[in-house]
Amino acid sequence: MAHVGAHVGAALMLAVAFRHRFPGLALDVAFEAPGGVTALFGPSGCGKSTAINAIAGLLRPDQGRIALNGRVLFDGRTNLPPQARRIGCVFQDARLFPHMTVAANLRYPSRWRRGAARDFDRIVEMLALAPLLARRPGTLSGGERQRVAIGRALLSDPALLVMDEPLAALDEARKAEIMPWLERLRDEIRLPILYVSHSVPEVLRLATTVVLMRQGRVTHSGPLTEILADPALAPQLGAREAGALIRATVEGREPDGMTRVATAGGPMLLPELDLPPGRVLRLRILAHEVILAREAPQGLSALNVLPVAVTRIEGGLVQLALGDERMLAQVTPRSVKALELQPGTACHAVVKSVSVLPS
Amino acid sequence: MIPTDWLGPQEWQAVRLSLRVACVATLASLPFAVAIAWLLARRRFPGHGLLSGLVHLPLILPPVVTGYLLLVTFGTQGPVGSLLKPLGIVFAFRWTGAALACGIMSFPLMVRAIRLGFEAVDPRLEQAAATLGAPRAWIFLTVTLPLILPAILAGATLGFAKAMGEFGATITFVSNIPGQTQTLPSAIYALLQVPSGDAAALRLVLVSVVIAMAAVLVSEWLAWRMSARMSGRR
Repeated sequence: MAHVGAHVGAALMLAVAFRHRFPGLALDVAFEAPGGVTALFGPSGCGKSTAINAIAGLLRPDQGRIALNGRVLFDGRTNLPPQARRIGCVFQDARLFPHMTVAANLRYPSRWRRGAARDFDRIVEMLALAPLLARRPGTLSGGERQRVAIGRALLSDPALLVMDEPLAALDEARKAEIMPWLERLRDEIRLPILYVSHSVPEVLRLATTVVLMRQGRVTHSGPLTEILADPALAPQLGAREAGALIRATVEGREPDGMTRVATAGGPMLLPELDLPPGRVLRLRILAHEVILAREAPQGLSALNVLPVAVTRIEGGLVQLALGDERMLAQVTPRSVKALELQPGTACHAVVKSVSVLPS
Repeated sequence: MIPTDWLGPQEWQAVRLSLRVACVATLASLPFAVAIAWLLARRRFPGHGLLSGLVHLPLILPPVVTGYLLLVTFGTQGPVGSLLKPLGIVFAFRWTGAALACGIMSFPLMVRAIRLGFEAVDPRLEQAAATLGAPRAWIFLTVTLPLILPAILAGATLGFAKAMGEFGATITFVSNIPGQTQTLPSAIYALLQVPSGDAAALRLVLVSVVIAMAAVLVSEWLAWRMSARMSGRR
């Protein structure tokens, strides 16, 4: 059921398989997370938080096995306490100690996890915490609190960082403020992260691997691009969010200012990006922004028309191959019939709009 | 300075004794009150209800009954008293007995206040501390205890005030011996038994009102300082 896709070369890191019964919800969670950022994605109440509590040692599952980098954290006999698991947690509600200053909060783990104490200055600098050190959590904004909570978790010298909807309690402006810090975490510290979320934009920006959960079960897991390009999984991500993510490399600037990029399906033109040639980007192409044509269309205002081949048709979505990558197009059953689309059909994908995500 | 001659030497003795009894009773029972409050708030075990009932017993029983039970148990002939006597620990008809009686009478009030404090502490903060590597005892000392300090303070104030005013159990257990076991309330009671005692009794009433008010004000001030620290106003 749960499988890990071919995540090139990544060592297996976190292996989770447990069952737990609550009144009203039976959990049967099994997934494996390689390095990088693994998003645990699902609607509220599907058991995501229970799963991370079990991983962090805050909840003892009825049965199962949880191992991190080959070290058993829990099985029938072993049940390491949270203190011995070396899993840093960032909770939705930050959970800073209200009676301590920010500095004391940050130094709290150093007595027991000496390994990270020497990183204090580096982490304070990375998260720009210096101006907050003397303050108390009660005087911080929501975004500042989360930054301190992230710093505190990092200073506990974790082998894995678990983040339970760290942005859910923040408004859009605060989210935008924190997001770059999370990206720096992923790219600079290279700490494996398990990121719990029910927000597609957050998952798109941060995750490399996605674990989909529904009603206490893991329904699918795999690399982000595979999950996004699977038409069968689109309903779980939300119909408006259906659409794939493809890689692109900046080639150069056109005389009129537009940026030319290379994709697996050929060149595409994007609005001016001011990025150097060779820079790798990720392009988000929503399924409802793609139109299919059997003949090469003429006289269109859309600039990007890519030659593609149909690979799958499911639930109003058509999966398309462009080179070795996959994208989705939203097509009504009537059009599928009129265009005689079936796996293998070659056609042209008219891409109306594209959004650019940093890679 | 403060004129000391408006109270007779015997009345001053009663005031001093009461303060000493109340302070000792409060400080000595506080650690036990914290421990019992923690047990009742955080642990589920067989006999939980029984322990809770036992702790509350002095609050429900007539004080005379509590005093009599103390006399029977801790008197020199009692099962506990006779064991302690060879060790040089005697409660009956001593000021220490008054402290014991006051401590037991104020115990349920202290436990109640502190238990509410434990119940108000978010256990998720303690969980967060555990994920940061801190052992449980350390979490209790550095997270739980500081957060319930206002509740401990409230419990101690309540206990102190109760100990200052305890009468029934004290007089039953240790009697009313001037200079030995005569606390403020017993002194007021004794003065009211003699025809010329009204004025002196009134003066002692005034003193007890002042002490009670001072205790409440100091505790309020400390609580205000703690909450100001917590919210960052300092």
